[in-house]
Amino acid sequence: MNSSPPAFTAVLTGNPNCGKTALFNALTGLRAKVGNYAGVTVERKEGALLGAAPGHPVTVLDLPGTYSLSPQSLDEQIARDVLFRRVPGVPEPALVIVVADASNLQRNLYYATQVIELGYPTFLALNMVDVARQNGHTVDPAALSRALGVPVFPMVASEGEGVGTLQEAVHRFAAQPGSHRVIPREFNELPEQFGREAQAIEQRLETLFPHRERLAAAEALLLLGDDPVLNSHREIYPEPLVAAVTAARTRLESAGVDWRSAAIEARYARVFAIAQHVTTETLSEGESFSDRLDRLLTHRIWGLVIFVALMALMFQGIFSVAQWPMDALDAGVGWLADRVSTALGPGDLQDLLANGVIKGVGAVIVFLPQICLLFLFIALLEDTGYMARAAFLMDRLMSRVGLHGKSFIPMLSSFACAIPGIMATRTIESPKDRLVTILVAPLMSCSARLPVYTVLIAACIPQTRVLGFLGLPGLTLLGMYLLGIVGALGMAWLFKRTLLRGEPPPLILELPPYKRPVPRVMLRHMWDRAKLFLRRAGTVILGINILLWFLATYPRQPELDTAFDARLLTLVQPSDPAVRTPAEAAARVQAWRAQPDRAALVEAADALNHEQSGERLRGSFAGRLGHAIEPLIRPLGFDWKIGIGLVASFAAREVFVSTMSVVYNVGEVDAGDAAGTASLVEVLQAERRPDGTPVYTLLTGLTLMVFYVFAMQCVSTVAVVRRETNGWKWPLFQLAYMTALAWVLAFLTYQIGRWMAG
Amino acid sequence: MSQPLSSLTPGSRAVVAEILIPPQHRARLLEMGLLVGTPIELIRFAPLGDPVEIKVRGYHLSLRRHEAEQVMVR
Repeated sequence: MNSSPPAFTAVLTGNPNCGKTALFNALTGLRAKVGNYAGVTVERKEGALLGAAPGHPVTVLDLPGTYSLSPQSLDEQIARDVLFRRVPGVPEPALVIVVADASNLQRNLYYATQVIELGYPTFLALNMVDVARQNGHTVDPAALSRALGVPVFPMVASEGEGVGTLQEAVHRFAAQPGSHRVIPREFNELPEQFGREAQAIEQRLETLFPHRERLAAAEALLLLGDDPVLNSHREIYPEPLVAAVTAARTRLESAGVDWRSAAIEARYARVFAIAQHVTTETLSEGESFSDRLDRLLTHRIWGLVIFVALMALMFQGIFSVAQWPMDALDAGVGWLADRVSTALGPGDLQDLLANGVIKGVGAVIVFLPQICLLFLFIALLEDTGYMARAAFLMDRLMSRVGLHGKSFIPMLSSFACAIPGIMATRTIESPKDRLVTILVAPLMSCSARLPVYTVLIAACIPQTRVLGFLGLPGLTLLGMYLLGIVGALGMAWLFKRTLLRGEPPPLILELPPYKRPVPRVMLRHMWDRAKLFLRRAGTVILGINILLWFLATYPRQPELDTAFDARLLTLVQPSDPAVRTPAEAAARVQAWRAQPDRAALVEAADALNHEQSGERLRGSFAGRLGHAIEPLIRPLGFDWKIGIGLVASFAAREVFVSTMSVVYNVGEVDAGDAAGTASLVEVLQAERRPDGTPVYTLLTGLTLMVFYVFAMQCVSTVAVVRRETNGWKWPLFQLAYMTALAWVLAFLTYQIGRWMAG
Repeated sequence: MSQPLSSLTPGSRAVVAEILIPPQHRARLLEMGLLVGTPIELIRFAPLGDPVEIKVRGYHLSLRRHEAEQVMVR
């Protein structure tokens, strides 16, 4: 008996908002492992149950919240499929813990009784007994246990009250799984004919799936009453069974039995009776705190004012609070790149590691503080229950373009960065609505576009005033943001009417009571999501950065390098005749950096260096690519140098600024560095076409900005969309449609502008 | 005499008499406990007039006017 006992898995399930997550955290002590179910982006959370005896570990698997076993969203489908043992890689539940909210007993028991009927050993965690009592309902756990035939554990999970008793009971059960006898139970008094038909299907299921015999009765009921399940599970249910179910439905219909509602009504009738029997009505404390708060937060005027203020605060926070950690990270990345450069010495490996890998990946990691803050805000909105109110307030506006109120927050988040926005779409039930939201979210102007807008506006937009007090530059910036919003809503409207048509499922939104958020849990929540962002997007970004580095570095141009080496030697040798090789000359320049009297020489050497990287880029694959795409972008008024910028910023938009500074031999430019931007702006303004006219006219600037508003130039977003939609189809479609849109609208801007200018 | 749920004024109570929502969209509403014979209370309309918030079986539920027009109450 040396083999370790098979892993014991307890599955935690229940309605949304029943405090299931609080219970999970209390049971596992916040040391959950968060991942995804195979092939879908539904969060898979599991953790080890605290207080295990050595050698008897218990794994708790937290299923997504669900209202019933007839799923409406991907989350709910996973919950059902785990209970039906259809998910590969998830062990059979040895114990099911159903969480039920005592303050919302009927609807929670609806689901709980469905789960109990599945025939697993089941415990009922009766949560939020305190809230129920405040509302004037005292639930008798012993009576409920008798009525349901399963052990009932009253608790207040958020305070840890009663959790220990459940924990001990689970360990006791895990030690001796045979000790608990499951008595098959049903909580339906079905219409007689419905019951007969269900039984016939049950027998078929038992023969078809002998290993899941225990589930047959419950599955038969679902098959008969759940409208979409037959069509959406053709791969599971063979044709004869489907035919039998369809025939049974027809027979019921002709007998005047509504097969869609019969089982639901029967279960609610039973649940109502149980709830009445086990609940004692006491004097309620009057209007609850939550109701009073709701009167303010969903007030006709104040509700909207507070909502707008909250959103403004969130943005202000994301932009201002995130700034210093972002600067620190940026500096850290630069420092690391320098250290690596120094340690490796000049060469391809140095360049690849310092510029391709560290600076490239660093450019993405720099956004981590913004993403963390945004997730923290979202966690706060979710954990307090305000998120449902935001959807309630905004649903009317979103319904105009065919979306739900639930799409509002993801789109708003995308102003900071489309990645957290896209990840926030997981709360949208309808897969089509979720997809539409994902497809249009990157049209909202994200923070990476800001440096591009800033440079182009400074270079191309005259400093005139409109209406006496509004600066044209500021108005242009506002215009770009508005253009993004209009574009996103317009495309959503279009997608909902064409590609992803489909009657919108009715909005059925629970407005749960407000809760006090637990900071530790919120931080944990934020970090879990941020980690996924880092790991998933990070790997792809690394690959693309290496590719881009390669394109910008190769082919090597030895003649060009030799020429520049000679110029460097000519520059340095008069000051130090001992210098013989270009490497020595470069080292000497580095050493002179500390000496103020050599400043002019160092500056000249730097200028030479930048000229060299500019020449190199022009001859590199990226430069050739810029030339190659010139015919494509000429109708937009762009030349091949802008082409290089467009190609380079495919990976990330803000790269445009640094690429342009390399192309035009401006000193190293930080996107946020005002002085560097100013000198780039001057160079851009001085740039002339072969015929002598300026390149960066008002029209070119506007056209380029319009292009950046609509173009999908963000590898991380592509990677995240691939992850979230589970395939390449949608990210590629998104890339194609956004690029096409960007081109067409830039083309129209340029051509109409030229026509108007006469 | 039955009337649409959406015609109730905030604070008034009624009992669901008939659900006219097409069968394929009805299931989830039923599973949320909104059945014929269920008492409900209309809490409020959202600031922009849609959706509507009701109290059913002790909890708060929100649905669009479009659906609320198809839930008849008495």
